[in-house]
Amino acid sequence: MLHKLGGSCSWMVVMGCLALGVSVSRTSAAAEELRIGFVAPMTGGFAQVGKDMSNGFQMYLDEVGGSFAGAKVKFIVEDSEAKPPVAVRKAEKLVLQDKVHMLVGGLLASTGYALAPVSTRQKTVYIASVPSADDLTQRQSADYPYVIRTGWSSSQPSHPFGEWACQQGYKRIVTIGADFAFGYEVVGGFQRAFESCGGKVIQKIWPPLGTQDFGPYIPTLKKDADAIFTLMAGPMSLQFPKQLADAGIKKPVLGGGTSYDEFVLPSMGDEVHGHVSALQYSAALDTPKNAAFVKKYREKYGKVPSYYSESNYTTAQMIHEVFKKTGGKWPGAQKFIETLSKMKFDAVRGPVHFDDMRNPVQNVYIKKIERKKMFGYPNDELWNTVTKTYPNVSQFWNYGKTEFLKQPVYSRDYPPCKFCE
Amino acid sequence: MFLTDRGKLWTVFVIVLALAILAPFASAYVILLVTQALILAILAMSLDILLGFTGLPSLGQAAYLGMGAYLTAILATRYDFGLGWSFWVVIVLGILIGAATAALFGLFAIRAAGVSFLMITLALGMCVWGLAYRWNSMTGGDNGINIPARPKFGIQLADGVTYYYLVLFFFVMSLAMLYVLIKSPFGRSLVGIRERELRMRILGYNTWLHKYIAFVIAGGFGGLAGVLWAHLNGIVSPQVVVLATSVDALLMVVLGGPGTLVGGAIGAAVVVFLRDYLSTVVPWWQYVLGGVYVLTILYLPGGLMGIPARIRRWREEQAGPGQEKKR
Amino acid sequence: MNTQFWLIQAFNGISYGALLFLLASGLTLIFGVMRIVNLSHGAYFLLGGYVALSVIAATGSWLLALPVAAAVVAVIGLLMERIFLRRVGFDPLRQVLLTVGFAFLFQQAALDIWGGDNLDITPPDMLRGSTVLGGLHFPMYRIFMIATAIVVGTILWLMMEKTRAGAMIRAAVDDSEMARGVGIDTSRVSMFIFALGAFLAGLGGVVGGAFLGVYPGLDFEILPIAFAVVIIGGMGSLTGAAVGSLIVGLADNFGKALFPEISYFTLYAPMVLILALKPTGLFGRE
Repeated sequence: MLHKLGGSCSWMVVMGCLALGVSVSRTSAAAEELRIGFVAPMTGGFAQVGKDMSNGFQMYLDEVGGSFAGAKVKFIVEDSEAKPPVAVRKAEKLVLQDKVHMLVGGLLASTGYALAPVSTRQKTVYIASVPSADDLTQRQSADYPYVIRTGWSSSQPSHPFGEWACQQGYKRIVTIGADFAFGYEVVGGFQRAFESCGGKVIQKIWPPLGTQDFGPYIPTLKKDADAIFTLMAGPMSLQFPKQLADAGIKKPVLGGGTSYDEFVLPSMGDEVHGHVSALQYSAALDTPKNAAFVKKYREKYGKVPSYYSESNYTTAQMIHEVFKKTGGKWPGAQKFIETLSKMKFDAVRGPVHFDDMRNPVQNVYIKKIERKKMFGYPNDELWNTVTKTYPNVSQFWNYGKTEFLKQPVYSRDYPPCKFCE
Repeated sequence: MFLTDRGKLWTVFVIVLALAILAPFASAYVILLVTQALILAILAMSLDILLGFTGLPSLGQAAYLGMGAYLTAILATRYDFGLGWSFWVVIVLGILIGAATAALFGLFAIRAAGVSFLMITLALGMCVWGLAYRWNSMTGGDNGINIPARPKFGIQLADGVTYYYLVLFFFVMSLAMLYVLIKSPFGRSLVGIRERELRMRILGYNTWLHKYIAFVIAGGFGGLAGVLWAHLNGIVSPQVVVLATSVDALLMVVLGGPGTLVGGAIGAAVVVFLRDYLSTVVPWWQYVLGGVYVLTILYLPGGLMGIPARIRRWREEQAGPGQEKKR
Repeated sequence: MNTQFWLIQAFNGISYGALLFLLASGLTLIFGVMRIVNLSHGAYFLLGGYVALSVIAATGSWLLALPVAAAVVAVIGLLMERIFLRRVGFDPLRQVLLTVGFAFLFQQAALDIWGGDNLDITPPDMLRGSTVLGGLHFPMYRIFMIATAIVVGTILWLMMEKTRAGAMIRAAVDDSEMARGVGIDTSRVSMFIFALGAFLAGLGGVVGGAFLGVYPGLDFEILPIAFAVVIIGGMGSLTGAAVGSLIVGLADNFGKALFPEISYFTLYAPMVLILALKPTGLFGRE
């Protein structure tokens, strides 16, 4: 029996199971059901962030009783494991099997770059509520007509932040950023703005995404820098400042938004006191709207909302607003994008509208970590205190759209490190 | 129930025909899953040549899948090559790069046997992973590479069903070629080596060369699967070359039944079903996957393809202990 | 790139190697005695971290978590060996797949019990911060990892060289047929070794939990690195595990610091090279 080439009933059974198991698709599409496919990491190192994302969306849904202007919302969450290929497969499943009207979510920039082609291929709306990959709404936006962004583009807060760094008198800065698209764009935007007002980036270090042991990198940080610019994502955010402090480095630290976002801030210690970051949201934003949001979220989920929560909460709100206009009917992918991109919102994070490449124009906040009391909570806690607001920041900053788009997208090697030794 | 060789060929033929005819009626998602299973089936069958027929348990088969996939992605994004008729050139190149990688790796691996072979192929596979993960300027690192679109040459592969037919074609071709291979004198000597290497050597066979050639051929088919894999999701990332992919490939073969070729295909179908379908239905799907591993090893030494033989043996025993088995 | 840089990098590499030693010593012992390639060893490491978290949550004692977590993992390993591995017999492929299956089962169980969050073990205050020596900062926790590895390594060495059990184990490693012939119960030796290996992995998980974190997926991230150690050092050799850990720790650290683009390649390529030149690894025996 060596060459048992040939089928047996088992083959048939298996294929049969496969076909049966998966062809039970939901065909009953009542007119007023809105199916939203939500892709976010539910397991793995980014699970916490994924939870924040879906919680934000869910909280809004609960507030409106699970229906948008009469359309009953079916919210289907799929786990992307923070791996782009898995995200693609899950997205295909949501579109082909669950027949969702739109995809929402994705986390990493790389996931955004992977999901956008799916939206084009399947002619399905994709709302990038978190993935901030610049080119989704820049050089490649024409390739992805069904993509709209409700979060931010990676380099958007970095541009004003670079200018701010100059104003603080920093001359020489070293950067250490996670080695993936998002890292390049946040660091690249900062470098460009910082250097165009006279600063110098003298060293760029790229530890791999998911690095836990920064031992090899911290000693290489140049000693003669005025400050350190860090860009961490996920669990890295927690480990880096700890290990930096352990290594006895006391330079001022600036960070991309995700380095000190509220998803990780409560787990941090006083080593991050005084670190400064820039983003379109802070849980410590002192507006009545935000105060209410923070209190409600905290009551419901037991923790302070992160920008991931806010962004998806706001995304749900935006979809709802569109449905109010259409009277609870799904307007079709193209019309949906058109309607949404022309609207203006008064969101938790502040006023938001979209530019013609479907990226939000919004405030960018410079935030300094302080231990204090906020919103009437009894304990001293770490908060991202807003120290400066840059209003209505566009993804093109003040470079002008055409001028900006002539540049290549920020990458490992762009802008080139002219002052690296 | 228990078929002759000819009968088995017919069964396979009928199943392939059924796969071909039924496709347009299936839901798009089923098509996608079956396409995926067919591609992995090619990988599993290539591994079966090593594991089932030559007795070499490779723990690095994902490396060739990765080489083929990365080659496709790099050619498509950097040189805009392989997105038209040149797709067929990429197919050939993919096979070649898989074979070439195997030719290099084989120099290190073939002289080892058993556990050492497992370990050294694991190490070689991890080398490929390391490059894919960190060699940013070439592979895009953790981001991976997005391929803008599937090739089109007269026919639109962007269409799920069309692509499915293309993959089915390659699957059938691979199956046929591998079948011819194992039926050839070369294939028979591989089995001889698996059973009694020393004897074959005494008989004057160059067993090292036989194993080496089998290793290279397996690499080539792995590369082919890689090209198809790259266009399936339109994204190639280090995820394709992780250890788990290699281990999954091994499971597919062992689950289906080593030394049966189509066993690997069945195994691929089961693993795809578990990993990609069941995972969207129940949160505890990994229990099933892990359970399948454990139960297969404990209770199905011959894999699913071995079940008929087991039943027959059981029936014969029932019929009367005196009867000798006809083998 | 001055002396300071090299010193601190070497220190970092050694401390990482120390952590790897905890994991790899068990792996290599299991391999040496039983010829089992244990792919669930990474899961043991992760489970160790998780159990420790539970112990800390319940009792608040980190010190207690160390032995308890390691012991729990040892029991899991023991059961797995007695109930399942035993039945598979000597077939490397089937052993590998069986242990992989268990790795998946453990992964899912951990997810169900402890959730998917990224957790972190907080060591006692005494082990935080750093010691300044000659202007260089040496993090306390890294020093602790090195110390632990030295203590564990010494105990293992004494046990293997100076005790009767060690002699039996060595006999089983050298030639299990012969060992059985002279009346050594190799089955019990196997059981003991497997439990010991799991114990060490669990211990490593607690120690590593404060350093690498405890999160789903860590198991399969750390496993290939542990294998690199065992393969380089020589499968079955304790000395090999120690030397291999140092090599891998340093190669990993300097690879990342000096050649970031090919950093993992610098880890696995030497492994292939050693295997090609000496298939049994540096200290392995035929």
